[in-house]
Amino acid sequence: MVRLRAVPRRGQNRGRLSAAAVISDRRLEREAAKRRQERRSQGIAAASTIIVLGGLAAWILSSPGWPEVRELFFNWEVFKEAFPEVLDGFWLDVKLFVLVEIAVLILGLAIALIRTSRGAALFPLRLLAAVWVDLFRGIPTILLVYLVGFGVPALRLSGLPTDPVVLGGIALGLSYSAYVAEVYRAGIRSVHRGQRDAALAVGLTETQTMRHVILPQAIRRVVPPLLNDFVALQKDVALVSILGPLEAFRLAQIFQGETFNYTPLIAAALLYLAVTVPLARLVDRMGGAPGEVR
Amino acid sequence: MAAPVLELRGVTKAFGERQVLRGIDLTVTEHEAIALIGASGSGKSTLLRCIDLLEEIDDGDVLLDGEVITDPSVDPVAVRRRLGLVFQAYNLFPHLTALQNVVLGEMRAHGVSRAEAEESGRALLARFGLAGREDDRPDNLSGGQQQRVAIARAFSGRPRALLLDEVTSALDPELVGEVLAAVRDLKGEGLTMVIATHEMSFAREVADEVAFLHEGRIVEAGPPAKVLGEPERPETRRFLSRLLEAGRI
Repeated sequence: MVRLRAVPRRGQNRGRLSAAAVISDRRLEREAAKRRQERRSQGIAAASTIIVLGGLAAWILSSPGWPEVRELFFNWEVFKEAFPEVLDGFWLDVKLFVLVEIAVLILGLAIALIRTSRGAALFPLRLLAAVWVDLFRGIPTILLVYLVGFGVPALRLSGLPTDPVVLGGIALGLSYSAYVAEVYRAGIRSVHRGQRDAALAVGLTETQTMRHVILPQAIRRVVPPLLNDFVALQKDVALVSILGPLEAFRLAQIFQGETFNYTPLIAAALLYLAVTVPLARLVDRMGGAPGEVR
Repeated sequence: MAAPVLELRGVTKAFGERQVLRGIDLTVTEHEAIALIGASGSGKSTLLRCIDLLEEIDDGDVLLDGEVITDPSVDPVAVRRRLGLVFQAYNLFPHLTALQNVVLGEMRAHGVSRAEAEESGRALLARFGLAGREDDRPDNLSGGQQQRVAIARAFSGRPRALLLDEVTSALDPELVGEVLAAVRDLKGEGLTMVIATHEMSFAREVADEVAFLHEGRIVEAGPPAKVLGEPERPETRRFLSRLLEAGRI
């Protein structure tokens, strides 16, 4: 037999005052128990954190080499001296990062669109795009920086850039455009086929379908993985240092060579972290609901 | 006599080894509503998709207003602009609001100005009981509301014929009525329609003719009272008695 119970009216349960009259002892008991459980697990988490981190710190600080390491890597005097100079170089990293990122977002999208196109006339372009992705994604980025940075100037062709910053940026752009193109392509392919059908059914052309229906949905979905590639690129900008430009890592190395102290490298590392950590938090927040359309 | 709006002559379609349509002949005259009935997999959806050129037919011809539309020389985009198709799963654009869903085709395919398209789009949504929901995304609408937006979207280009592909099959039972009311409304206006459906009572009420599709062929066609009331063919009888057992009639 089904017993029907009086249903509290809508809104009756809202707000603490009116709710207090309705909440049963059983419910209060259960909530108190839940709170006790929560307090207990928080206590355990805090204790284990202290034990693990404290243990690790004690282990490192008591190591026989620690006094030298502290002197070589964490020297406050050297840090104070090196930081402004490394920071100066870091602006070059940031500038290069922003420019390459913009180029990569545009180029990657173009490659993805070519690869997902259907027209017969675009076949040579499709082939080129496929080769581009295979080639530049398959070669280590550091190798590309070497090849472009030292190979292109060696051609001694007029009109080609010779500035190592530009060449380094091009090498990074080649590598990352291949990755980003695949991210876009995955997004485009993830949009349900019914969306294309519906767009065609209302009379849109293939191009309009892509522009107004497929891409807006695809790009929303790939924002988290794109941001992930942002973080990676931001770090890889340091690879340009092998061509000579005075960016953060390079300056830190020079400073290290002069002082025989590694603290400038720590300064550079902190600067990279200052950019990548906020970016990573952004990725986490946007990655909460993959595929969700806002 | 004027040419029929839609005419199918010996249409066949296979997906790989699977022969889905085995020679369909069908004529839909102006203001006529034809109900396509038949079991799942009998080819109803495929037939509608072939008419809207979302699938390429293998053999035969489809004519729209006397013109063959299934020749490779015909621009499918221009043909689709003269037809409307409503999908079983609505297929609304999730990133657009209800109103944007309705006006997209008007603006991009028919070159109507935004202001004009939005005005007629609002009127159309209001007509289907969706006044006040113009700015809602599909996520925030019930299935019945989404399907009514989809009907408004398909009708916004004032198609020569509206193709409806089991538009109530994905709906909770209590929402079926509101969608059928929208279709009834369009039938009242004299819109030419091809309606693939499982709702026999609705087919009986709205359709001028019922065609029973079985294994890729139309095995029986005629007035609803005849095909649904006194079917001649054993296949039709078997199909209807199965529906009756399932409580669907």
